[in-house]
Amino acid sequence: MNCENSRTLLHGYLDGELDAMRAQEFEQHLENCSQCIAQLEEQEKLRGALQAAQLYERAPESLTRKFRRQIARAESDRGWQWPRIWQWAAVSAAMLLVVAMTSLGVQRFLATRAPGQQALLAEVIDAHVRSLQPGHLTDVISTDQHTVKPWFDGKLDYIPPVRDLAESGFPLVGGRLDVLNGRSVAVLVYARRKHLINVFVWPEGKQNAELPTAGSRNGFQWIYSSTHGMEFCAISDVSAADLHSLTELLQE
Amino acid sequence: MLEAEDRERFERVVMPHQDAAFNLARWLLRNRTDAEDVTQEALVRAYRFFTGFNGGDARAWLLQIVRNACYTWMEKNRAVDLTTEFDERVHQPGTTTPETAAVAANERERLMKALELLPVRSREVIVLRELEGCSYKEIASIAAMPIGTVMSTLARARERLLEILQPESGRVAMTPLVKGVRREL
Repeated sequence: MNCENSRTLLHGYLDGELDAMRAQEFEQHLENCSQCIAQLEEQEKLRGALQAAQLYERAPESLTRKFRRQIARAESDRGWQWPRIWQWAAVSAAMLLVVAMTSLGVQRFLATRAPGQQALLAEVIDAHVRSLQPGHLTDVISTDQHTVKPWFDGKLDYIPPVRDLAESGFPLVGGRLDVLNGRSVAVLVYARRKHLINVFVWPEGKQNAELPTAGSRNGFQWIYSSTHGMEFCAISDVSAADLHSLTELLQE
Repeated sequence: MLEAEDRERFERVVMPHQDAAFNLARWLLRNRTDAEDVTQEALVRAYRFFTGFNGGDARAWLLQIVRNACYTWMEKNRAVDLTTEFDERVHQPGTTTPETAAVAANERERLMKALELLPVRSREVIVLRELEGCSYKEIASIAAMPIGTVMSTLARARERLLEILQPESGRVAMTPLVKGVRREL
């Protein structure tokens, strides 16, 4: 390797983008080339300076506002006025329902539902949404339960049951650690066609709150269950039926 | 344009990346006001074509649309930006030259001006890599270039950036910049 080549490779090396062989070749070159070492140091400093300078500029709120307004206008131009009236009717009906439910049920609701329940549910949903961002889904990627299970070993004070359910249509994608209510929990990731399902697993009683057994919010379905001393919460955008099948499989 | 289910999915999948979208536009166009207009336009485009999104990397998908919108905008309004290899002259939107960059009030401003002096194709790979943290593969798909080209473009861009930041001295003497920053850390 000569310096001419390595000038470009140096950047791949800096960015951790060289394959193992080329990285090794480059390191060998570095041993005998003080120029490239100096250049690498310069580039590391430049990177540090760029990062310290905080050049990232976030979207102003006015952008989001204008975008939403434009979309709302475009969407409402689509139809005639009738749909609007139906929408109002639906809103009124929903309001009536809320009023009715509030007066009838609020006492009972407060008496029976622990306040932690809604908070826990919100955390599960947040964690699910976060996991769908690039790079957040799995800490260990493997369809092999014998790889995923030992991975949790030593990271938690319990061992979650891990099974690949590919034969039943739910291939295991991997696992990760997540945090609910400040406690680390295991998450198993399964796939269903093109959808992903997060299954949060923790020992019974560890969260000080139980979830509503099933429901949907923000377009996600969840099913909560407990068996063999473990609590499971499966959450996804798959159909409730699919989620139900998975929950049954998990309980076997 | 979209059914309720897709609208909800758009909110969940695409909208979290609006900062990334704006940041890219801001650095390509070197101006917040233009960036806001072009990002809005790009978001609307993304919304329109969302049903065609195959469910891969939403950030890369959106940034691709933003980048295209920016280049189209530059062709129409500031074609000189696309052809200039390196701007030695004073030109809009600021009055940045290597000289003013070198004497800028603080490190952040100095780096900002130096970055703005890079030709747009060099600037975009630096922004995607250092500010947005994209992998070479993501940059390749956003900027429609082979991965090898990402690496060589990035190499040229970083070397150029160092030259701007230290116009007179050789490589080794660039340290005032870095020392200053390190001290703050």
